[in-house]
Amino acid sequence: MKINHIIKKALFVLALLPSFLLPLNALANAGAHLDKAPIDVSNHASLQRGARTFVNNCLNCHSANYMRYNRLLQIGLTEKQIKDNLMFAGEKIGDQMKVSLNPVDAKKWFGVAPPDLSVEVRARGADWVYSYLRGFYRDDTSVTGWSNCVFDPVTCKVSMPHVLYELQGEQVMNHETHQLELTKPGKLSVAEYDTLAGDLTNFLAFMAEPAKQQRNHLGWFVLLFLGILLVLTYKLKKAYWKDIH
Amino acid sequence: MTKETVLEKNKSGLTNVLSCGLAWVDERFPLTSNIKAHLTEYYAPKNFNFWYFFGSLSLLVLVLQIVTGIFLTMHYKPDANLAFASVEYIMRDVPWGWLIRYMHSTGASMFFIVVYLHMFRGIIYGSYRNPRELIWLFGVAIFLCLMGEAFFGYLLPWGQMSYWGAQVIVNLFSAIPFIGPDVSEWLRGDYLVSDATLNRFFAFHVIALPFVLAGLVAAHIIALHEVGSNNPDGIEIKKLKDKKTGIPLDGIPFHPYYTVKDIVGTVVFLMVFSTIIFFAPEMGGYFLEANNFVPANPLVTPAHIAPVWYFTPYYSILRAVPPFPGVSMLGIPPSLFPGVAAMGLSVMVFALLPWLDKSPVKSIRYRGSLYKKWLAAFVVSFIVLGYLGTEPSNVWGQFGAWLGNADRATVVARIFMIIYFAFFILMPWYTKKDKTLAVPERVTG
Repeated sequence: MKINHIIKKALFVLALLPSFLLPLNALANAGAHLDKAPIDVSNHASLQRGARTFVNNCLNCHSANYMRYNRLLQIGLTEKQIKDNLMFAGEKIGDQMKVSLNPVDAKKWFGVAPPDLSVEVRARGADWVYSYLRGFYRDDTSVTGWSNCVFDPVTCKVSMPHVLYELQGEQVMNHETHQLELTKPGKLSVAEYDTLAGDLTNFLAFMAEPAKQQRNHLGWFVLLFLGILLVLTYKLKKAYWKDIH
Repeated sequence: MTKETVLEKNKSGLTNVLSCGLAWVDERFPLTSNIKAHLTEYYAPKNFNFWYFFGSLSLLVLVLQIVTGIFLTMHYKPDANLAFASVEYIMRDVPWGWLIRYMHSTGASMFFIVVYLHMFRGIIYGSYRNPRELIWLFGVAIFLCLMGEAFFGYLLPWGQMSYWGAQVIVNLFSAIPFIGPDVSEWLRGDYLVSDATLNRFFAFHVIALPFVLAGLVAAHIIALHEVGSNNPDGIEIKKLKDKKTGIPLDGIPFHPYYTVKDIVGTVVFLMVFSTIIFFAPEMGGYFLEANNFVPANPLVTPAHIAPVWYFTPYYSILRAVPPFPGVSMLGIPPSLFPGVAAMGLSVMVFALLPWLDKSPVKSIRYRGSLYKKWLAAFVVSFIVLGYLGTEPSNVWGQFGAWLGNADRATVVARIFMIIYFAFFILMPWYTKKDKTLAVPERVTG
């Protein structure tokens, strides 16, 4: 009877919790429609492809100052593979993914210094990044010739040009349907480009919190241990309390 | 000599050494008498229920925060140019740093959850009533201290929310008439939140307030053990004592009974705590806000600045109160002070509870339906205000022209704010008028 009582009270408290659990992250991006990013940080092949795309295309202007090259050992690469394929400027394997772009110059050229991407997925959400990478379209009214409504749903203006346009091709905005249409195909098909953007987002998600897999894995053992401890401590309590009425 | 006698002899030898050692200490320090007074001969009512876990859990979280905090300070850099990076360094390069950091960030929210439930326990069972007013006042002081800890600590990761949250809160002080602008400048140590602010907030967070907090917790417990614990029936167990021993008939020694019971509560709590840490440390943006993964930038104001969930009921009240329009004839400028004062009052008003409650009974078990309705209305107001505080005030759109196109959420917040304060202001009236039940002599199950 006593235990039922406790369970009832616990359920009451739990019932109050959901009011706090509505995700807040959606708030920051109200307005833009986002596509679901194919995130799977246990898929090493996808992470390795994403790492290659990142190093070849992003890591010239964007840094990843909190990410070390040897973290890539964690996604199934060897030290030699990392050095031969992903490091170009004579860095050491324990170095961080820095860029030599001077932020003052960058601000002059682009209007804004390209942000560090180490924790971009945690700030924006993976879906945002995935949609952003696929959301560039040709716009003659913008300075770079490119716009992106994911970045700013109101003005669609963005400082970054479409770095991957050779791969994706060129899209234009149909102002009647508000849909993007591919007018000039790139080197990749639509499906191939989506995979590339997905892999890149997956890598950025991994980079945003490299300890996440270990965290989730360890969690089950901690809960198992506490579960056993709960049974033991509950029996101990019962034994001590048997004479209290 | 047989094996048994050898064991027997060794055992008594060890016991002798221990009891000699204890006697040596007791002659110089009141160890045994304190263990008796606070644990083995502190008689607590035998009918503590679920709600009584949250006192010891608050103490547990305090210890967890101090220990994880010590390890974090070993790697954290309180410097505007290094702070954000040093947190990411902890998350990545410090062995088990991510675990320590998540324990600390989750611990902050869990601290407020257990303290809110602990306070709610005090309210429903009348634990603030005579003779426990001082315990309650120490508790309110602990709560204020905790809010300070949370506020100062939140600046340290130096993300966008850290920065702009601190900017908004410190600016609130400038609404105080006459001295306000000087006070907020003095708090910041600069004209805007900067490296100087970060340094002093770090000092407050890691030494000044924890020191005060520890002292207040000690006072809270000493006061409690002086008068004895209340219980779900709200009756004094000290009134009925065993004639021979002088032990309350409904009392049991805190140790071992409640120590073994609290261990069970601790394990359940740790299961909830671990589930959050290992599987959802951001808690959907409520425990760790997404915008705080963007480094602080004094030149870019975020579109929506919201405090962390545990401050949002009071933040809602701040936003709900209309500003003072000013009297141009007398040269009195418009002011946000009414909102700031209402917010301060919404926190401080808890301290008045012992003197607002005029009911002849303490526990909700023997109160009438009038009190229960008011309490339910208060809980609903607290939760609705809390929710609205996390959202921008246009979250529910606007009313039509008939209400001056007012934000729906603001109007709702105003209504619930009135209920929030009415719960306290009208308490002397409805607790006196309420039809109460007869209170039993002895505690019930």
